[in-house]
Amino acid sequence: MSTVLTAVIVLFLLAAVFGIVLGYASVRFKVEGNPIVDQIDAILPQTQCGQCGYPGCRPYAEAIAGGDAINKCPPGGQSTIDALADLLDVEAVPLDAEHGEEKPRSVAYIREDECIGCTKCIQACPVDAILGAAKQMHTVITSECTGCDLCVEPCPVDCIDMIPIETTPNTWKWPEPPSPMQLIATDRGRGEAAAEAH
Amino acid sequence: MSKVFSFHGGIHPPGNKKRSTRAPIGKAPLPKTLMIPMQQHIGGPADPIVKVGDTVLKGQLIAEPISRISASIHAPTSGKVVDIAAYPIPHASGLSEECIVIEADGEDRWIEHQGLGDYTRLKRVDLIEHIRGCGIAGMGGAGFPTDVKLHLSEDHIVNTLIINAAECEPYITADDMLMRERAHEVLGGIEIIAHLLRPSHVLIGIEDNKPNAIHALESVLKHTELNIDMVVVPTKYPSGGERQLIKLLTDIEVPSGRIPADIGIVCQNVGTTAAIYRAVHFGEPLISRIVTVTGDAVLHPRNLETLIGTPFSTLLEACDLRPGALSKLVMGGPMMGVTVENDQIPVIKTTNCLIAATAQEMPEAPPAQACIRCGMCEQACPAELLPQQLYWFAKGREFDKAKHHNLFDCIECGACAYVCPSSIPLVQYYRYAKSEIRTEQRDQQKADHARLRFEARQARLEREAAEKEARRKARAEEAAKAQQQKTAAKDDTSVEQASAATAEPDLKQLKTAAAVARTKLKKAQKAYDEAAASNADNLAELEAALNDARSKANEAEKALTAGAPAATEGGDDNLKQLKVAAAVARTKLKKAQDALKNAEEKGLDGVDKLRTTVATLEQKANEAQQAFEQAGKATTPAVPEEKPAEVDIKALKQQVSIMRTKLKKAESALEGCEDETEKARLQVEADELKQRFEQATAEFDKAEQVLIERAANSGIDLKQLRIDAAMARAAVTKGERSLSKAESDDERSQIEQDLVAARAKAEELNLTLSQYE
Repeated sequence: MSTVLTAVIVLFLLAAVFGIVLGYASVRFKVEGNPIVDQIDAILPQTQCGQCGYPGCRPYAEAIAGGDAINKCPPGGQSTIDALADLLDVEAVPLDAEHGEEKPRSVAYIREDECIGCTKCIQACPVDAILGAAKQMHTVITSECTGCDLCVEPCPVDCIDMIPIETTPNTWKWPEPPSPMQLIATDRGRGEAAAEAH
Repeated sequence: MSKVFSFHGGIHPPGNKKRSTRAPIGKAPLPKTLMIPMQQHIGGPADPIVKVGDTVLKGQLIAEPISRISASIHAPTSGKVVDIAAYPIPHASGLSEECIVIEADGEDRWIEHQGLGDYTRLKRVDLIEHIRGCGIAGMGGAGFPTDVKLHLSEDHIVNTLIINAAECEPYITADDMLMRERAHEVLGGIEIIAHLLRPSHVLIGIEDNKPNAIHALESVLKHTELNIDMVVVPTKYPSGGERQLIKLLTDIEVPSGRIPADIGIVCQNVGTTAAIYRAVHFGEPLISRIVTVTGDAVLHPRNLETLIGTPFSTLLEACDLRPGALSKLVMGGPMMGVTVENDQIPVIKTTNCLIAATAQEMPEAPPAQACIRCGMCEQACPAELLPQQLYWFAKGREFDKAKHHNLFDCIECGACAYVCPSSIPLVQYYRYAKSEIRTEQRDQQKADHARLRFEARQARLEREAAEKEARRKARAEEAAKAQQQKTAAKDDTSVEQASAATAEPDLKQLKTAAAVARTKLKKAQKAYDEAAASNADNLAELEAALNDARSKANEAEKALTAGAPAATEGGDDNLKQLKVAAAVARTKLKKAQDALKNAEEKGLDGVDKLRTTVATLEQKANEAQQAFEQAGKATTPAVPEEKPAEVDIKALKQQVSIMRTKLKKAESALEGCEDETEKARLQVEADELKQRFEQATAEFDKAEQVLIERAANSGIDLKQLRIDAAMARAAVTKGERSLSKAESDDERSQIEQDLVAARAKAEELNLTLSQYE
């Protein structure tokens, strides 16, 4: 009988000690906010374009943390989806075409002699990359432009173009070496032929 | 002789160096046009300071560095700037970049230049600035601006200076030939660098495949007081790599991610030392370099002293390119160089070699086979990396892992690819992975920047919204307060009104009295009319009685109208009744008149009687109309008198003028009137109006007095103020008129100035005045 009692008391005491430790830890090491949102937000391309259906990258990050699909970001493209899949430990899915296609990075350009100075694009720009005043010509600060497209639609005279960013020797990337998979000439296209046959 | 250590890995490819060392250094022919790229190395591009059409002299500065890590660019020959635009540059991408194109005039005329003489007497900073001004950049490979390295002694302890003369890559002999022919320049350059960095000892690392160069250097080293050790290292690729040479000479490894200066070592290429020597002793900027032109496709491979900006085609022609033999043009060495497609690409400060290879010499790389995990690449890697592992990571796009395996310590020497039995282009994979990671980092930086800006904007918008909301609230509060005050004031006045109403005599009583008086008047009138009709004797008597009765009725009416406004509704009711009565009386009169007309036409008996009836009715109708009008008058002007004590002075003024007009009208009507009765009535009316006019005037005066007093209390004479304001206004009008008349601009501007002053004064006075009125 006494052994049983001892065991019960010891277990109870252990439970109490662990309870206190855990309770203290939950207060002492409490995490403010949702850290996963910050991590997701850090992966998103921050164009703030709203193509995902959310008003900015952070709201989309919050939505992803809340369980939304990770393939709604066209500016980020497949690399962003892969990174998100890696972070959240879910399967990487192709980009949802409903939200747009992955386009080359571009910047807005205002054809300045056509600009009427309506300030509509300035209000639309999520990163304050457009400079100008009412009835004065506006211009885009290229280095700040995220290429989000949001200024194109409000322009009443359609004087904003999205120009793809040109590759300079500084931004040029070494191409991926050709895959060494097609070694035997007769091997070429066999996979596709097999796929077609099915 | 110092001890020679060893570094991990390395390979022994065929040297192929002898063919280009047979002939002495030649001089490359002057091309027709030279293209000088603005960016020739890592760091920022230079900014052109010449314009298209400018004539430049040899050695003239044509582009300035725009950042710390950037070098000046000078004209390599005299001539004319014909274009500043994007042209293909010597870069692996084959892309175009901004170049200054100079059309040579053939004179090759130098700009005035001279050496510094005894440089040891100069301040170190000035000496480094001179070297920077000459655009000296590392001539070994990366082209790092030399002045940045020369500043290293300021924040690092530099105890060893290593001169890199290894030139380990096959084919290249530019440094070899330089040391053979210009050993004194190399030594002079070393002395200058040693003077700037003050190292405790200087090491020259040179491979043992250059006996002539070693001999030449040894012979000049006898004349120097400096502690210079020449270390001959065994030929092994890549012993010329900075980190590998340091390991060879000192057995110290440069930690990953650090620079040699962090362990007290600075490396300089022999070519750079010679360039520094020429810059300091002759004031010559870096406008030419020695380029090895070699390969099986040229008949006479040799080294050429080449101006920066010379197209490759000129060099190939100078060395007699065999037509049709060229299959691959490589810029740089066979291990680390890049293949170029365009032979119009110019020589830049880092172009040390040009290989015109035939198809046999450099065949197409065999197709890559699968990695068999033999591990030979690991054995060959001079950076002690795991090439095979890095290859898998790069191929699988796992760049993060590649980075963790120190991908960025890879010097891209190509030793791993050289030994690979599966012919996998490993270096290409590393370059690809590196550029992907760099792009990612750049994108990440941009994204972080965009996020900051987005958040800043969001914060600003929120702040603005909050400010707006606060302002709106403040306004609403103010309005509520004002409303409260207003209702409070209204309550006061309504109380006053109520008390005033109770104080008034009973309205009903007054009404009755008025009605009685009216009846009496009617009776008197009737009697008078009858008497008048019958031409009775007592007409005068009756008239007096009638007048008496009328005045009494009027009095009663007046009393009633005075009381009526107290209860506006009652007055309105009364007014309505009177209106109805008047209308009824008019109708009756009309009917009677019709009947009379009828009777007269038919010659009936009762005409006389009817006539009297009509007269009576006429009278009645008139009376009713009069009563209605009086009542109407009484109610309308009574309203303003009910206003609270703070009477609007303007309203009062207006009322006075209305009264005055009415009085004048009544008086003129009185004068024009001929009928006695009518005259009497009008007289009464005029009297009444006069009285009211006087009353209104008195009220207005009183109110004005109050205002004047108030103004006087605050030390302002209201009258004077008014006069001043009027004068100021007049001045403004006058000014405006003269402005429109003014002709000369001077006059106009003078008047305009005056006008502005006058306007300001008038506005100020008006403002003050409005405060008191």
